[in-house]
Amino acid sequence: MFWNRTLTLGASLLAAGLLAGCAGDDGGVQSQKLSTITGRGKLICGVEGKLPGFSFVGPDGKYLGLDVDVCKAVAAAVLGDPEKVEFRDLNSSERFAALASGEVDLLSRNTTMTLSRDAAGGNGLSFAPTTFYDGQGVLVPVASGIKDLKGLAGKPICVESGTTTELNLADRMREQNIPYTPLKFQTSDQTFAAYLGDRCVAVTSDRSQLAGKRTSFPKPDAHTLLPVVMSKEPLTPATTNGDPAWADAVRWIVFGLMQAEESGITQANVDAKLAEAKANTNQADLRRFLGVEGDFGKLLGLPPDFVVKAVKAVGNYGEIFDRNVGPASALKLDRGLNRQWKDGGLIYSPPFR
Amino acid sequence: MAPVPPAKPTPSSLPAPKPPWWRDRRVVPWVVQAVVGLLVLLLIAFLLGNLIRNLTAAGLLLSWRWLQQPAGFDISESVIPFNAQLPYWRALAAGLVNTIRAVLVGLVGATLMGCLVGMASFSHNGLLRRLARVYVEVVRNIPLLLQLVFWYFVVFLTLPNGVAAIQLPGVVLAKSGLYIAGLGEGLRWMGPTLVNGVWQAPVRLSVEFGALLTGLIVYSGAFIAEVVRGGIAAVPKGQWEAASSLGLSWFATLRRIVLPQSLRVIVPGLNTQYISLAKNSSLAVAVGYTDLYSVAETTLNQTGRAVEVILVLLAAYLTLDLLISALMNGLNHLVQIRER
Repeated sequence: MFWNRTLTLGASLLAAGLLAGCAGDDGGVQSQKLSTITGRGKLICGVEGKLPGFSFVGPDGKYLGLDVDVCKAVAAAVLGDPEKVEFRDLNSSERFAALASGEVDLLSRNTTMTLSRDAAGGNGLSFAPTTFYDGQGVLVPVASGIKDLKGLAGKPICVESGTTTELNLADRMREQNIPYTPLKFQTSDQTFAAYLGDRCVAVTSDRSQLAGKRTSFPKPDAHTLLPVVMSKEPLTPATTNGDPAWADAVRWIVFGLMQAEESGITQANVDAKLAEAKANTNQADLRRFLGVEGDFGKLLGLPPDFVVKAVKAVGNYGEIFDRNVGPASALKLDRGLNRQWKDGGLIYSPPFR
Repeated sequence: MAPVPPAKPTPSSLPAPKPPWWRDRRVVPWVVQAVVGLLVLLLIAFLLGNLIRNLTAAGLLLSWRWLQQPAGFDISESVIPFNAQLPYWRALAAGLVNTIRAVLVGLVGATLMGCLVGMASFSHNGLLRRLARVYVEVVRNIPLLLQLVFWYFVVFLTLPNGVAAIQLPGVVLAKSGLYIAGLGEGLRWMGPTLVNGVWQAPVRLSVEFGALLTGLIVYSGAFIAEVVRGGIAAVPKGQWEAASSLGLSWFATLRRIVLPQSLRVIVPGLNTQYISLAKNSSLAVAVGYTDLYSVAETTLNQTGRAVEVILVLLAAYLTLDLLISALMNGLNHLVQIRER
């Protein structure tokens, strides 16, 4: 008797529990990331954290770099203040889990856009516009005399685990039938420490990353990039598929930075341009872009002048590039593919219309 | 006969009034257990429901098809044959074998280390005794991850390379690894040779494996030394005195009299240490050794199948540890004092 009753009671409670477990379904896909961020008063941005030029901590303890400036632009556009960002250092293995779990709002961490990362059946990310078109390279000591991939035959190569780099290396070496030994490490620090410790004769990563890391080597000139480019690496900020509205907002803030460069709007002249737009009712393009007329901001859930705020905070795309990785930086990278489309590059913003 | 309504028992029909059910010792324990059980079930149901709901929302219902897809990455030192075209499950298997290899060698090494140091702490030689103490105290109190990084970057990566490597007959120790002579191609005896700046030999152990192994052995050895010391100390002093009155030497006393009796104290403690050694082996990724955890991490990144990969990891480490535990329990059964 007692047993029967206990079992019945238990079973019904368990069923109730299961139902309760499933009952919290809110039905819609519309998520609340934007209101979470405004409510919290700061943007949480996942970055690499130790990569000169892209995201690293400067001598005054503040984050600097191209990826960091993208975070700041988004914070400025959403919250009106580029300093309202909390940066989280993520290694290549943690990054997607941190984004998927909502620990970071935005991943701006030299992440390559790929099909499997974008696809709903894969990592389910939602990529913003590419902020840096890169390719995979190989860094070797000058003294090794290695000139191409064949020179690496049978030699150990350091690589960060869980990256597209690791797979590209395997593919290229297999294509050319070159035997090699991959040595995998969890963080870029460990990877480069092993390379500098002479454990590997080469280290492979995105060319921009190699150039950036090299600036922090004891003897930067003793290392050289092989001419080979092993892959396409479009480094792209990302959000998740779970929040299309937030993904759209981030996408158009980044496009705004690119369009600003194309329209000749800089950090220095943005206020003048805004005044000009307000004064001249016939400059419709400029007025829409800077939020003087139209409701682009509202459509995205952002303030009408989000572009003005972003550009005022970090400058346009060209300024961000030059300051962090271009001529004005230690990396001194060429604009290359990252020129505006008018100059033969791949930076192209769709119309603000 | 009409049934007596149980709600109103007359005082004369029962020796004492029946206590209410919440004070009944036949009922209360059952109720408490049922409530605790239900709470546990509810928690599990909530967590599972939550997981399934969120995975469904993200379009990521559990699926195992990825196990059959080609892995696309290489593993530098695999005991079982592996290349990038083989499926993910083969990669995970190769990682598991690498983990088991490190754990097995680590267990033997740590046991030897622990026994020697544990015995040394009872030595008549004061220097040896104090060295044993210093070793245990220093090693026990530094995090293993730090020790692994130390062994790898400070000790092993500062070894000389190429022609400058440490060369002994049949053995070469270089920055890239330990090379040992053995039977090579065509069953010919082959020593380590330098080909195109890279050492080659029939038996090769990488420095990554070496650093992991050294770290695990030194770290677990210190804990095992304490277990052994405790076991020896548990044998009554009279046993030592009796043995020495029979003219047995220190070592013979230890080997013939004390250690056999201390085993029943040592073995359960060893079990714990062995299990933690197996779990600690997952720190291998810090020193570039491709173990199960390292392969799983790459797999997780490439496939995005976080829950499935973690489940595989959980199952693998749980099985490994339960296996070690079962073996040690069997051994424990053997060394217990037989009740006659």
